[in-house]
Amino acid sequence: MISRLLLRRHTVLPGFGLALGMAVAYLCLIVLVPLSAAFLKTATMTWPAFWDTVTAPRVLASFKLTFLASLAGAATNAVFGLIVAWVLVRYEFPFKRVVDAMVDLPFALPTAVAGITLATIYSQQGWLGQWLPFQVAFTPLGIFVALTFIGLPFVVRTVQPVLEDLSRELEEVAATLGASRLQTLGRIILPLLGPALLTGFALAFARALGEYGSVIFIAGNMPMISEITALLIVIKLEQYDYAGATAIAVVMLLMSFMLLLAINAAQAWARRRQGGL
Amino acid sequence: MPRSSELALPASPAPVTPAGTAAAAPRPPAPVTGEPAWVRRLLIGLALGFMALFLFVPLAAVFHEALKKGVDVYLAAITEPDALAALRLTLISAAICVPLNLAFGVAAAWAIAKFDFRGRNLLLTLIDLPFSVSPVIAGLIYVLVFGLQGWLGPWLQAHDIKIIFAVPGIVLATTFVTFPFIARELIPLMQAQGVEQEEAARVLGASGWQILWRVTLPNVRWALLYGVILCNARAFGEFGAVSVVSGHIRGMTNTLPLHVEILYNEYQGAAAFAVASLLAGLALVTLVLKYIVEQRLQQANPAPR
Repeated sequence: MISRLLLRRHTVLPGFGLALGMAVAYLCLIVLVPLSAAFLKTATMTWPAFWDTVTAPRVLASFKLTFLASLAGAATNAVFGLIVAWVLVRYEFPFKRVVDAMVDLPFALPTAVAGITLATIYSQQGWLGQWLPFQVAFTPLGIFVALTFIGLPFVVRTVQPVLEDLSRELEEVAATLGASRLQTLGRIILPLLGPALLTGFALAFARALGEYGSVIFIAGNMPMISEITALLIVIKLEQYDYAGATAIAVVMLLMSFMLLLAINAAQAWARRRQGGL
Repeated sequence: MPRSSELALPASPAPVTPAGTAAAAPRPPAPVTGEPAWVRRLLIGLALGFMALFLFVPLAAVFHEALKKGVDVYLAAITEPDALAALRLTLISAAICVPLNLAFGVAAAWAIAKFDFRGRNLLLTLIDLPFSVSPVIAGLIYVLVFGLQGWLGPWLQAHDIKIIFAVPGIVLATTFVTFPFIARELIPLMQAQGVEQEEAARVLGASGWQILWRVTLPNVRWALLYGVILCNARAFGEFGAVSVVSGHIRGMTNTLPLHVEILYNEYQGAAAFAVASLLAGLALVTLVLKYIVEQRLQQANPAPR
């Protein structure tokens, strides 16, 4: 029996073979086999053809834009997400529970709804756009706004539980030993939150890299200027350029897998950090 | 607002301040682990300002834009045949993919949480994989497998089966993007609960299915519900993946989010926002349910710390 070979410890519980079999079969069917299609499709391209596709100026411009806008969105979320998490854990204010629950709105709101709404309120006649001296919607700045929106919950939700568990005694000890509040923040609190903050940042960044629905409505989608990589894949598909679309997709997949590894490493680091206390 | 925040402050775990000095000083000294009032107000203001800009204003705008041209336009937009067809397709696709992912989630969690086997960590990583794949790529890979140019394309065409640009493709793409939701809620909780209760049931003579139905599932019911709520919300709202495989045939292969896109691109703003407000309403219901279930989860499984 395969299940006996795989098991590391004897157990009286039944159903291992069935459960693992079902899980693995379903995983292969829905995720692994279709994903492998992308890599196998690319393998049929010659190396120069692949390289020419993914280094075409329009593609490179989209990579650069997607990368920088995602980075800016994730960085904004790292700063404000930390403040939101801090305020939600440490202070009391009216409607705090409602505000806390609302943090997850970007997870629950369909991206297309977010996209058309952000495009409307940040347009030049929109609720917020009319007060701004510069154009947001239909420029790369709009992409940044959409990516900040969809990444908002990640930092808050990774930092919040760590902050809740943070022992107040550490801060009291620091204060007793003569540290100012700012010193305690910089030398005790922030270093302890570091791994969670980094994980949240990386999750928001990873999500932003692949985001499509909320961005395309607000981006303006001008080639070379405000065209994100995910949109470029869709455009290539609509032109029946399957090889081209897949080549770009493979580059994106490799980037996200590397990021996934980095996130796992950051989380392992965080666990070790936490375990040490 | 600042006043009440000031008043409410001592509710936070109160740091020890020497009572004597507090009474003697003209003002009580700031608690050693708190911030001065102006810092508190500034931070609360920054947090709420940021959230207003990115969350509250957009949410209000959805409903405002939806009702801008009156209730009649609103009702007409959401009862129009194409909108109803889109709603039906969205419901069908969620009704198929949520139970599938639920069955998978329970099976995966049973194997991963109750047994120690080689390759467990690899399986855990692979389950999370769909989260790091762009929705557009999720659609693309199904086109590569089932599309006319794809692996199974010629065979499917010969047997007159349509998957891409048809309902099965939409269901598959939705299943892919919602794949991890239920499993990743169940696995950590079932791991934390250990195997003692199941082993006791086994020793007392319960069969595998009896253990699952009477011991394991009741123990994780809130986490299960939590996963289902998240999975369902994403299934209703998925846009990118579905957009690639749907073909946008009105009344046929349009889900609600795709219907919103079409209306918006045709400059029917009010109608687009009317349909969008349905989805936003669902998102709000999801948040409320999520909040309730979270409370239950915390009661049922107090943090081990």
